[in-house]
Amino acid sequence: MPAFAKKSAEVVLETVGLTKTFGGLTAVDALDLRVHRGEISSLIGPNGAGKTTVFNVVTGIYRPEGGKVLFQGENITGRKPHRIVERGIARTFQNIRLFQNLTCLENVMAGRHARTRSGLLAALLRPGSQVEEEKETRRLAEERLSEVGLWESRHELARNIPYGRQRMLEIARALATSPRLIVLDEPSSGLNPRETGDLMEFIKRIIREEDLTILLIEHDMNVVMGISDWVTVMDGGRKIAEGHPRQIYHDPRVIEAYLGGGT
Amino acid sequence: MPALSGSLTGSRTARLALMAGVILALVIFPFFASDYLLDVAFFFGIYVLLGLSLNIVLGEVGLYDLGHAGFYAIGAYTTAVLNTRFGIPVLILLPVSALAAGLFAYLVTSPIIHLRGDYLCIVTIGMGEIVRLALINNPLGLTGGPNGVYGIDSPTLGFLALDSSTGYYVLIWVVVALSILALYRLQRSRIGRAWNCIREDEIAAQATGIDVRAYKLLAFVLGAALAGVAGNLYAVKLMVVSPESFTFWESCLMFSIVLIGGMGSVPGVIIGAAAISLFPEIFRSFASYRLVVFGVVMILMMMFRPGGAWPRRRGGTEAQDLIRRLGRSRG
Repeated sequence: MPAFAKKSAEVVLETVGLTKTFGGLTAVDALDLRVHRGEISSLIGPNGAGKTTVFNVVTGIYRPEGGKVLFQGENITGRKPHRIVERGIARTFQNIRLFQNLTCLENVMAGRHARTRSGLLAALLRPGSQVEEEKETRRLAEERLSEVGLWESRHELARNIPYGRQRMLEIARALATSPRLIVLDEPSSGLNPRETGDLMEFIKRIIREEDLTILLIEHDMNVVMGISDWVTVMDGGRKIAEGHPRQIYHDPRVIEAYLGGGT
Repeated sequence: MPALSGSLTGSRTARLALMAGVILALVIFPFFASDYLLDVAFFFGIYVLLGLSLNIVLGEVGLYDLGHAGFYAIGAYTTAVLNTRFGIPVLILLPVSALAAGLFAYLVTSPIIHLRGDYLCIVTIGMGEIVRLALINNPLGLTGGPNGVYGIDSPTLGFLALDSSTGYYVLIWVVVALSILALYRLQRSRIGRAWNCIREDEIAAQATGIDVRAYKLLAFVLGAALAGVAGNLYAVKLMVVSPESFTFWESCLMFSIVLIGGMGSVPGVIIGAAAISLFPEIFRSFASYRLVVFGVVMILMMMFRPGGAWPRRRGGTEAQDLIRRLGRSRG
């Protein structure tokens, strides 16, 4: 596996003046966010800061009221979620969303959907190309499962494996879509310290081994400080600070946002 | 029950043997059965087809469709009208009926496909009723109003007339066998996987790259097309169609078939269809009580076997599955 150069100047994901409102509430307010290729960027902020809303806009679940989302230079604002997956953005959810009654293997195979083509006639007539494609789908899915240590559980239903493993399964499914950017919504929530450690190692490994960029929302400051190359801080829908983890750690605006202003 | 289904499907060989047994029984059946039994088997086949067709929508994708009789009616009337007006042979009308029902499904479900759960359910009930009422109102003088359309030709295959009970029996079970093959292939394909993902979690399905809207529509179109095929065969067998064959009750029966058998399970649909179509024949002498018994059976099913009589099995080998089940029932 080639090692990819860090600190490239290339911007993979960029939001320009991104605004999302729900009724009278402005959840995201003119946000400018930049994510650089090959880096791990974190989006942090107190509860209700609008982080998950940013994710939902970027991945096409919400349509923004204003601003743009640019991915690899292309405007993807308001595209449908499956189109965005095809472009190369995959995601996980804060409250794990697996296909509960499918097996672990089927869950990851589903991740190949956007990268495969077989249609109705191919499914019914099973020409060689379809059989090959299915084999390849299975092989890649099995590979991803092994990577996250779920090979043994491949025929278990997703709902029957422990919580920590479900999270890894969700990440494996996201990786199966062959993304360029993967957005993780609080990947460490609900994990015990050992599982969190394993997760951090895994994230570091994939970013080292693959041409991948990671954007994550995280509450666990140890994770944020431990693996991020770049941190963006949000509060009340706005960006209040950004920088390297060390700078952020000591930024008075960030401390104020987290601990509350003196009113 | 787990022990029983386990022993029936415990290994691949046992399953193949079971399948071979079923096929053999189907083949030799007409040599021994009376015309009455062949007719019962025909209607059993119709309900298997209807169950399979609704199973695509309800079982595979999890969309509540309580108006499926509407698609069944479109298929039956397409055959009836085109045959009686233009004399087109009924077997040629088989794919035509499928297309008509599929196209109709595409047109009526396109605007409502984004609805979820109970909302979709209500709209499909309305759709089914509108079809039935439209047929009663005799649009363009085509459907014959409450009396329906009669005088539909018998099927002929070249010079071979299929107008005996055996002929209809062979016709329907060949269609059933082909449909089952097709559905198994769909289940084990990218499309079947996408359908199941949508059933499990729509948002996650989108985030995995699945065009939820397109795959839901595909399920409705295919489900309706298969119901249209059933409609064609029904019209051909009875030689008459009328609106009273396509009531809301008929949609409910289809729904029950899928629920009794187990959502998304082909053997389940066959068991469900057997329960719905054979049960009333067996208990014909207690005709007035059979709905009571039916109701009690449904309640007991939901209490003790909510997954259906033969739920879909996933993953692994059957043996692994069996071990897991045993482990669970012990723990």
